[in-house]
Amino acid sequence: MTTSFAAAVLSSSVVSGTSLLYATLGELVGERAGIVNLGLEGVMLIGASIGFAVCSTTGDPYFGVAAAAFGGMGAALLFGYIVIGRRANQLASGLTLLFFGFGVSALIGRPFIGASITGLPRLALPGVGAFDLLVWLAVPTAVLLWWLLFRTRWGLALRAVGEDPAAAFAAGRRPDVIQYQALAVGGLLGGIGGAHLALALALSWDEGLTAGRGFIAIALVIFARWNPLWAILGALVFGGAESLQLQLQARGAAVSPFLMSMIPYLLTLLVLVFWGLNRRSAAPAALGRNYFGVE
Amino acid sequence: MPHDLAIAWRRPASMIAGRRLSRALVIALVALAVFALLLLADGKDPLRAYRDTLIYVFGNTYGFSELLVRMAPLLLTSVAVALPSRLGLINVGGEGQLYMGAWLATAGALGFSDLPAWQLLPLMTAMGFAGGALWALLPGILRAAKVVNETISTLLLNYVAPLIVSFFIFGPWRSAESSAYPQSPAFVAAARLPSLDGTRIHLGLLYGIVCLALYGLALSRTRWGLEVRAIGGNPEASLRLGIPVRTYMIAAMAVAGGIAGMAGMAEVSAIQGRLVGELSPGYGYVGFLVSWLAGGSALGILLMAFLFAVVSSIGDILQITQGVPYAVVNVLMAVILFIVLGQRKPMGAR
Repeated sequence: MTTSFAAAVLSSSVVSGTSLLYATLGELVGERAGIVNLGLEGVMLIGASIGFAVCSTTGDPYFGVAAAAFGGMGAALLFGYIVIGRRANQLASGLTLLFFGFGVSALIGRPFIGASITGLPRLALPGVGAFDLLVWLAVPTAVLLWWLLFRTRWGLALRAVGEDPAAAFAAGRRPDVIQYQALAVGGLLGGIGGAHLALALALSWDEGLTAGRGFIAIALVIFARWNPLWAILGALVFGGAESLQLQLQARGAAVSPFLMSMIPYLLTLLVLVFWGLNRRSAAPAALGRNYFGVE
Repeated sequence: MPHDLAIAWRRPASMIAGRRLSRALVIALVALAVFALLLLADGKDPLRAYRDTLIYVFGNTYGFSELLVRMAPLLLTSVAVALPSRLGLINVGGEGQLYMGAWLATAGALGFSDLPAWQLLPLMTAMGFAGGALWALLPGILRAAKVVNETISTLLLNYVAPLIVSFFIFGPWRSAESSAYPQSPAFVAAARLPSLDGTRIHLGLLYGIVCLALYGLALSRTRWGLEVRAIGGNPEASLRLGIPVRTYMIAAMAVAGGIAGMAGMAEVSAIQGRLVGELSPGYGYVGFLVSWLAGGSALGILLMAFLFAVVSSIGDILQITQGVPYAVVNVLMAVILFIVLGQRKPMGAR
């Protein structure tokens, strides 16, 4: 009982952590370039609804993931146009993107409420387990992103824009172009995160499917100190919290499901408090500030 | 998220003046046109929806009264955003604060049901205020101590508050009379806020107007208001001048949360008559948009709350006549806000 319980929790925390990891990585790229996207939840919702709709109509979950990735990218670029092109306030624009994603996903998903899909197939790796493709690719994606950010010229330029866009500009970089690129990558990852939620975990669509995971992912970026490798740990811990409460509920634990559903949000807050108390800020210096260039 | 993010919170200049009003009308028309295209793409008839809305809202007293019913919580949640915004704080937790206000007010209604209305209603209002205030107090303290940014903490708590309400209506407060639909027992008559004859317009609208007026007057006419505006302008300088910046931040968050909590109290007491799980179609979030668009000005909030009440009736109409989910109205709100945010000048200083 206990070993099977532990195994079930571990394997389901990997699965539910995957969607969080993609979303966290997506937010992280943008924030490294100095842009905080509070609308990540909206990006995930758009990804989840498009992914589910495409998978449900074509029957191909991979097609759904691809469509979700591009949908997420589109939403992120719309946000990018508002905050980079029009230099609007990032926080208000991000919340607007949340509304936008909530409404658009409700419209896209409406015909698919109650529809059922088989979802992403599990691929077995002997001796390790059977997970879907996105789970297998999650950690490599994080490592790849770390390599891109910290070992390539593009990553150096991106981080420079996040720290001091004026200096990056003086060094011959285009801060706006780099920020658009960062948001495009971020939207792609956020869309995939939403798709994984719909196509591997929920296997159904409902309004507001993501239930605040976008905000947990934003908090996880702080937890990860803006480092993709730490994000792996963060996603695993929070996936674990979520799957623990689901497994306990499935086994008929005597605690109210509503109280247990609070765990991920309260744990996130607790981590933020803990991190805030012994703070050595790792945030990009120009995070959330608009760069007005040298007009 | 670093704490100096709050500096990026810039208030749009007041939108009241005539030129601004005509500009606002143009924005509304453009947003309606964009939204119409989206509906067309979905195979719906936007013109019919808009016409139906106009007839519904302005064609008879019932529709118009429903508009005012919607405005009541919006006014309160908008003030709950506007007040902290004057200090540079971003309270996105109106939704959770509303639920907690409704929750504690319900505790009052169920626990003191033998009191007469003139005692019970003020008690419930105070408890609603306290519920919301407590819910906003923690983010306020964490922000004042520079531990956690208030934007993210209030957002996270929004997801916790409805779970607390659900826990109570599925558990300790579950009404015996309805097994299918979880809700609290119905309130006694003394716990119901009075409504205008024949309509659902209730005293909560007066709460909203009074809070809005107090907010406007306190900001422009009192020493508190002056100091609040000073902190919003330059927190560093205010601190050096001896203004208790942290106390102001905590107090503003708590009062704001309390005001949003009153909206929750009014919803359960006047509209529902009991505690239910689905209390608000996002009043807390819409309050954020209203306050943002109004630039925190009291008159602007009144106008924008009215506008968004109309927008929300469009959502109702679409849902009833064309089977479009109500949530789609969020797209219309987002388009309006995107257009406003995308304008370089009226959104204020660089």
